[in-house]
Amino acid sequence: MSETVLELDKLTIALPPGADRANAVSDVDLALRAGKVTCLIGESGSGKSLVARSILGLLPRPHVRVGSGRILFEGQNLAVAPQDKMRAIRGAKIGMIFQEPMTALNPLHTIGRQLDEVLRIHTPLGKAARRARVLELIDGVHLPEPGRIVRSYPHQLSGGQRQRAMIAMALLLNPRLLIADEPTTALDVTTQAQILHLIRELQREHRTSVLFITHDFGVVADIADEVAVLQRGTLVERGTAAAVLGAPSHPYTKALIAAVPKLVPPAARPVNTRPFIVQARDVAKTYGARSMFGGRVTLALAGVTMELRRGETLGLVGESGSGKSTLARAITRLLPIDGGEILLDGADIARLSRRQLRPVRKRVQMVFQDPYASLDPRQRVIDIIAEGPIIHGTLPAKAREEAQALLGLVGLDPSAARRFPHEFSGGQRQRIGIARALALHPEVLIADEPGSVGASAGAGSSRRYQGTAASQHALRNA
Amino acid sequence: MWAGFARFARNRMALFGAAVLLCLLLLVVFTPVIYPDDPFKLAGPALQSPGGRFLLGTDTLGRDIAAEIAYGARTSLIIGVGATLAAIVLGAVAGGLAGYYRGMTETVLMRITEFFQTIPAFIFALLIVAILSPSISSEIIAIAAVSWPSIARLVRGEFVSLGGREFVQACAGLGASDARIIFNHMLPNCASSVIAVGSLLIGTAILLEAGLAFLGLGDPNVMSWGLIISAGRAVLRSAWWICTFPGIAILLTVLGINLVGDGLNEALNPRLRER
Repeated sequence: MSETVLELDKLTIALPPGADRANAVSDVDLALRAGKVTCLIGESGSGKSLVARSILGLLPRPHVRVGSGRILFEGQNLAVAPQDKMRAIRGAKIGMIFQEPMTALNPLHTIGRQLDEVLRIHTPLGKAARRARVLELIDGVHLPEPGRIVRSYPHQLSGGQRQRAMIAMALLLNPRLLIADEPTTALDVTTQAQILHLIRELQREHRTSVLFITHDFGVVADIADEVAVLQRGTLVERGTAAAVLGAPSHPYTKALIAAVPKLVPPAARPVNTRPFIVQARDVAKTYGARSMFGGRVTLALAGVTMELRRGETLGLVGESGSGKSTLARAITRLLPIDGGEILLDGADIARLSRRQLRPVRKRVQMVFQDPYASLDPRQRVIDIIAEGPIIHGTLPAKAREEAQALLGLVGLDPSAARRFPHEFSGGQRQRIGIARALALHPEVLIADEPGSVGASAGAGSSRRYQGTAASQHALRNA
Repeated sequence: MWAGFARFARNRMALFGAAVLLCLLLLVVFTPVIYPDDPFKLAGPALQSPGGRFLLGTDTLGRDIAAEIAYGARTSLIIGVGATLAAIVLGAVAGGLAGYYRGMTETVLMRITEFFQTIPAFIFALLIVAILSPSISSEIIAIAAVSWPSIARLVRGEFVSLGGREFVQACAGLGASDARIIFNHMLPNCASSVIAVGSLLIGTAILLEAGLAFLGLGDPNVMSWGLIISAGRAVLRSAWWICTFPGIAILLTVLGINLVGDGLNEALNPRLRER
């Protein structure tokens, strides 16, 4: 048994009055051991991110605070440590990797400068020594051409490269504990696998203890030594990865594992011979600023042809940048296309004017990728869901009534209606987005990676939707 | 909303500014009670120093300076608030249309905005008042005309960044009309920055008004702070109080407005809103 690096002792995090429960997490006991990866897994809203933030002393105070319990690290209780002491520990002894590397890096400084800054603050190293260390780390996270990377700005790197840079930054000072809060969620599957592999490799090399926060059991299976399962703030199961994944004892864990999509083809369904609802023919789209000086042009769609029958679910698969979202937006006519045609029920909608499009809008609905950006922050949930029907002529009172019913369908509490989007977690927001799309009873539902932020929970409720309204049609872009 | 108010109240300087403005407002409301007489009326001997029968002394014609300042406060507030509201409406319409429709509309509207910005504000305001003949309404028009470009640019910027956000696209995807997207979604989301900038604009407008009145381009039949200073500048060395007290009034008012504006900016601007 290796030594314990950090221990949570009956940790309870109190939420402000009026939240959906009194404590974000209650009585969490967890020991993180050197050289081990502990996965903290739970659905969105289970409180797993707050546990990570509480360790770093980064809870959104004064609204959310440690209610009781201790966070023991090197003989200190971090729950009561003053801020200046926490500053010395953060970065130096506990590193952190965030979900969205673009927002965690300063867009105005080069990668090299940001890494150098960490060393300048925490170590007495000279300029040359710092530079050597930075290059060593960048090489260590397998970024190509370290010399070029240190001179690059965050926007010049891909999502995967930025996350590698973040990992390099987190490991610069050889922390004893690395906290990774869903570091691969915003990445596509291929990059995700590479990043997981990298974290595993570095963690073995440096014997760092890792607390890995995730909602994805696929990730858990890849990386975890130990697993802790969090359900609505309570730790329901804890053990080695093999034990928890192989023989889960708690019903919640069993349900979560059962909800993991398996890559086995489903049982053959009878061939769908119903008519086509959506046909895209030779759809072409280029982005780019045409300016006096030429400008840069990106080809997003080069003559894509696809067909979707009524009652059919079509999965559209591709890496990030492959044009999936562009196609989804082209079919919903949120983007004008440069060539080809899009037929809805046999009628071309690619060239309709805005006015002619309005009846079409009702029939094709979209669930957006980013639940943080796709809900108006100043509208109440009920108004967000009811807006579509109201636009299309339903009386407001009736539309709100239907919206209230939809909340139940997507698995949200009825009390959610009067609240604002920022009061919800990513997955809950995605459910709101799904309810908004369903409110119009669309014939085609386009879901643009609804699960990438919204956890398996979001995917679960869209599956439930297909179950409850099987006569409708979905095109999933997952 | 209440959370925003609480954040505002935590800012001591903003509270001080709000207190100053409240006093000013009370003064304006009760002016007819405290000084029932016309401020242009001769109240006593000329050039009385402050502290005697007249709290703030009298000017070169023997008018009560305290009464003049009280009546001048009303003028300043009417012109400051009126011109700012006009500038916000004009700026929001121009900036909103430019930021929402982009393309040709944006090019035309923003070139017009920039054209207005290239003219020195005070000289342009002087010109407009001179053409329209001095009166309260022409001062409001002049000040609004030089103030709206900053609002237009702000609203345009906010609209451009909001237009790319998914919730606006989601709304378009529901089939919403342009008017619905603009009024229900985009304007409420940039209201906080417009309020914050607009409140600061009131201070600038009051300063512009005082400047116009000082140069004799205010309404000659309406008492204003600039007018008092203008009348007293010839005797600045022998009767310091004529220019000093309206000057302090301007200073306090503009300071109060700026403090409140900063407080609002902090309380309403989500980017500064630290959790």
